[in-house]
Amino acid sequence: MNQANGMYYQPRRSDTSPENFNASPNINISQPERNLSLLGAAGTIAAGLRRRDPLGVLLVALGSYLGYRGLTGHCYVSEARGVNTAKREPGKQVSVPHQQGIRVDKSITINRSADDLYAFWRNLTNLPRVMYHLESVTMLDGNRSHWVTKAPAGLKVEWDAEIINDVPGERIGWRSLEGASVPNAGAVIFRRAPQEQGTELQISLKYDPPGGAIGAAVARLFGEDPALQIQEDLFRFRQLIEAGEIASTAGQSSGRAKNADLREQAATDPNNQVNQTWGV
Amino acid sequence: MRALCWNGPRNVNVERVPDPILINPRDAIIKVTSTAICGSDLHLYNNFIPGLKPGDILGHEFMGEVVEVGRGVPNLKAGHRVVIPFAIACGQCYYCKHDLWSLCDNSNTAEGSAILDSAYGAAGGGLFGYSHLYGGYAGGQAEYVRVPFADVGPVRVLEGLTDEQVLFLTDIFPTGYQAAENCNIKPGDTVAVWGCGPVGLFAIASAYLLGAGQVFAIDRIPERLQKAESACRAIPINYEKEDAIAVLKDKTGGRGPDSVIDAVGMEAHATGLPGFYDRGKQAVRIETDRPHALRAAIQACRKGGTVSIPGVYGGIIDTFNIGAAFAKGLTFKMGQTHVHRYIQPLMERIQRGDIDPSFVITHIWPLDDAPQAYRTFKARANGAIKFVLKPESRTPPETAAITDRTGAFN
Repeated sequence: MNQANGMYYQPRRSDTSPENFNASPNINISQPERNLSLLGAAGTIAAGLRRRDPLGVLLVALGSYLGYRGLTGHCYVSEARGVNTAKREPGKQVSVPHQQGIRVDKSITINRSADDLYAFWRNLTNLPRVMYHLESVTMLDGNRSHWVTKAPAGLKVEWDAEIINDVPGERIGWRSLEGASVPNAGAVIFRRAPQEQGTELQISLKYDPPGGAIGAAVARLFGEDPALQIQEDLFRFRQLIEAGEIASTAGQSSGRAKNADLREQAATDPNNQVNQTWGV
Repeated sequence: MRALCWNGPRNVNVERVPDPILINPRDAIIKVTSTAICGSDLHLYNNFIPGLKPGDILGHEFMGEVVEVGRGVPNLKAGHRVVIPFAIACGQCYYCKHDLWSLCDNSNTAEGSAILDSAYGAAGGGLFGYSHLYGGYAGGQAEYVRVPFADVGPVRVLEGLTDEQVLFLTDIFPTGYQAAENCNIKPGDTVAVWGCGPVGLFAIASAYLLGAGQVFAIDRIPERLQKAESACRAIPINYEKEDAIAVLKDKTGGRGPDSVIDAVGMEAHATGLPGFYDRGKQAVRIETDRPHALRAAIQACRKGGTVSIPGVYGGIIDTFNIGAAFAKGLTFKMGQTHVHRYIQPLMERIQRGDIDPSFVITHIWPLDDAPQAYRTFKARANGAIKFVLKPESRTPPETAAITDRTGAFN
């Protein structure tokens, strides 16, 4: 466990209640669900053994898996879906509990010093320039910030976050505060790249999409594939830092917008960078 | 303005679209005076490259006059006459700094880069008019075009040179030149070039410029072979009439050529059963590319030689004889052209009279007739080798002044 990342769930003494003590890292289904699995296993295997055909074989196989699930408390399907029903009382310090949520890891090399990259990132209000799913980030004080994401159908997802790990020129770790509708935590690490290639930036983040309407909206927010979204954000970050502008075709000519007035559109398009002075 | 839009497979039209505008500070707007149809435009026309959207403007070989620049383009002013590299490059990233311009980290859009990154493990730079995998930048087969990173790409045309002489510095001349340079030619070397389209012809001419002793040209279209022979001094081999690999071996004392260039790429034609095999697989998308020329190049090349690939490939091939390549210790060199590296030095060679690239032109069309030009080019009809489009021209191609130059070197 890399504690320095500042995002991983570290069991602490106060968490060792009997319930949690039982929760080995592999257990991801609750006790009632385990009991149901064992019951289902017995029935399914019995039914399967009575049939002497391929379906019987399938039933025995299914029953065996349910049995495994009940006995071990671990389910691969739940794991693949990112679902964890094992009861757990996370400590107040934890935004995204261990074994829950969706994790994204990406790296990129940028031809600029770690200090410069750190400075851009530490001013969190810069991030919406390259992270297109963010509407705004405002600083509440030196460490606390308020995040607003662009959401479809007028839905807005907002949360407060705090920086919990801050080493100038090296790393920034953050996590959402209590009450966030999308609990999340993450860290960026800046490392000098070999052979004068600048800086290797490594980002790790985790978020825990809730169910229901907001969950659906969040899924759309982060796209089908959050790893892809972060990858694109990092490409835009490198473009802005190295080339001074973000590669864009927004508002270019095509046969798709026959009668559009591109100049008029550009005047109100926040992604048109012609007259923006970002001074990165 | 008028622009050539792709609206589906083998469906292109000249349409009225909005004039381009500056989008980024380092942009310029160019009024196109000459543009050309490239063999790789046919890959798009024939729908072998994914990622086009109906309405996309094609064209990556173009030149013209600067009409507007962003505040990040201090080196250009309205009225400057420029040629523009087909590969877009930021000039600031690791690859641009290392003279590997077409591998630019920052010129493809984030969306295009992310797709190529997952498909290929890393993304190349942006290209004009070449699908959204490469940024989806509107191309130059139009009256006007927006040029990103205009402080780095466009090069001003030297005094006394015509459009026809410098237009091909945008792509095919540097592409042929890089292909020959990749062969690491030593004085007197024998080079074989598969494909006598414009890139093949420039590869032949460039091989001679770099000191080759003899260059063999392999194709099946008589006009092209004749052009390779008469304009570029190559020794022609028609692979439909004779076994090209056997002829090459025979003419090199059994050794094979010192280097072989595949200037054909993914849509190669082949004779007999292998041709049907690859066409079938490509049709059902089991294999994306038809690598006949590449297979032949590997077989023909001498031990320790170089196979240089300027022909475009997009994906998966099979029946690739890696054993032959291994056994003969071949070197492979390939990739998109680092155009920025070549424009200035090659333009100076043109000015000195070492070569005149206009020899390759067979027809000059008005832009308005571009759809007909695409059809003719695809059919290789009327002796088609290289088509230039003129946005200003209204003269039908039949009566257009076709260049009277016949040779690359005279």
